[in-house]
Amino acid sequence: MTDAVVVEGLVVRRGGREVLHGLDLTVAAGRVTGLLGPSGSGKTTLLRAILGVQIVASGRVTVLGVAAGSPGLRRRVGYVTQAPSVYDDLTVEENLRYFARVLRAGARRAASDGAGVDDVVGRVGLGDHRDDLVRHLSGGQRSRVSLATALLGRPELLVLDEPTVGLDPVLRASLWDLFAELARDGVGLLVSSHVMDEADRCDELVLLRDGDVVAQDSTAGLLGSTGTTTAEAAFLALVQGGGGPEGRPGAARRAAPRHGGERR
Amino acid sequence: MTATALRVWAQLRHDPRTVALIFVVPCALLALLWWVYDGAGVFQQVAPALLALFPLLVMFLVTSVATLRERSSGTLERLLTLPLSRPAFLGGYALAFGGLAVVQAVLATLLLVGPLGLETVGPWGLLVLVAVVDAVLGTALGLFVSAFARSEFQAVQFMPAVVLPQFLLCGLLVPRDDMPAVLEAVSRVLPLTYAVDATSKVASEPSPAIGGDLLVMVGFVVGLLALGALTLRRRTG
Repeated sequence: MTDAVVVEGLVVRRGGREVLHGLDLTVAAGRVTGLLGPSGSGKTTLLRAILGVQIVASGRVTVLGVAAGSPGLRRRVGYVTQAPSVYDDLTVEENLRYFARVLRAGARRAASDGAGVDDVVGRVGLGDHRDDLVRHLSGGQRSRVSLATALLGRPELLVLDEPTVGLDPVLRASLWDLFAELARDGVGLLVSSHVMDEADRCDELVLLRDGDVVAQDSTAGLLGSTGTTTAEAAFLALVQGGGGPEGRPGAARRAAPRHGGERR
Repeated sequence: MTATALRVWAQLRHDPRTVALIFVVPCALLALLWWVYDGAGVFQQVAPALLALFPLLVMFLVTSVATLRERSSGTLERLLTLPLSRPAFLGGYALAFGGLAVVQAVLATLLLVGPLGLETVGPWGLLVLVAVVDAVLGTALGLFVSAFARSEFQAVQFMPAVVLPQFLLCGLLVPRDDMPAVLEAVSRVLPLTYAVDATSKVASEPSPAIGGDLLVMVGFVVGLLALGALTLRRRTG
């Protein structure tokens, strides 16, 4: 199993405050890695660092074997921002055609290699809304347009910032099925969420709190080592048990739940 | 570059009111001015200069708001994670609004030399040319200035801050030779001065030499677009 993303000692300061304190983590290719943590824990900042759009103070982020933000990655990594970044005053199809053109421009490979507009519209279930203005869509539909733009061109790594917020349970389930299907095709997926119950759909979990990695492990491994049955309980056990944000992959395995009181 | 221009046009297609305003407002203002002066001599003097002002003004506003929206909606950050070069992005906007400017300039010039009876000594086709370059100049100025606006309120305030001084110093209200020396010097480094200079030459000279003016304007366009590209940062705090 190869690593799609390797983060080593990542420190990020924003507005004079350190928001990520020397993170280490990996994202495997062909797996769905869930980045779970409460609002304000640094999830979006971490994702932006992986995309190479965040100024970092120190540390190293390697994506698909090269430094994050390398020009060659712009075609290989798909990114879905938390707020849908699509044009409200264009139709679904016009949005996708534009992003497809941008991806195709200067592409050395033939355009037919990548997933096209028809393909991605179907995958996110917006086939009936192709000609609707994005402005007239619901919030959930908008975020799926944003997701569809990220699927264009078959990226090798997908970085998704809270892609399932505000979706009804049926749609959420179908999106997680889509993520699993993409992972089976070998795509690495890093999916952030503040909803702990989405952990069940991930192969790997990274728990983030206050800018530190509390734990990274396979979902089963994490529940096993903490003796819990849900990610939420595991998170609580790790935080309250003083398992400590050591910030290293596998920290969870060392994090025996001691009830030694609040860490901070 | 064409991808972005086509996208901006598609957005405008869904917003016919904006397009109508871009085309109609300068013509309506010119007609109003004609009426105010009853088509008399003053109108003949002022109208060519206003033909240089209106495209700059309208394109400046439209472009600065459009790119500010792109920044605040997150689409710009998303685009900068894609294989879209910054000159191609800015060039796309310049092309899209420049195309619009051609139509606007043709309509305004035809109105002036037709129904409003403006008599130019030089060939009036050159007025269209100046107006188009002038509109692209407004686009480039808007693209650059929008980088410094954090909100729509600020972007709109930049219009009086950036365009009105150029209007006051362009030589229309007071001939530039009659200005205090300092202001005369300042007017030389403002792009609108050269646009107004070119239109008045077309109005008053049989074979106007406006090549130099146009060259300066194109220089401003290229310089402002290059500065605009520098303000688009792929990596931010």
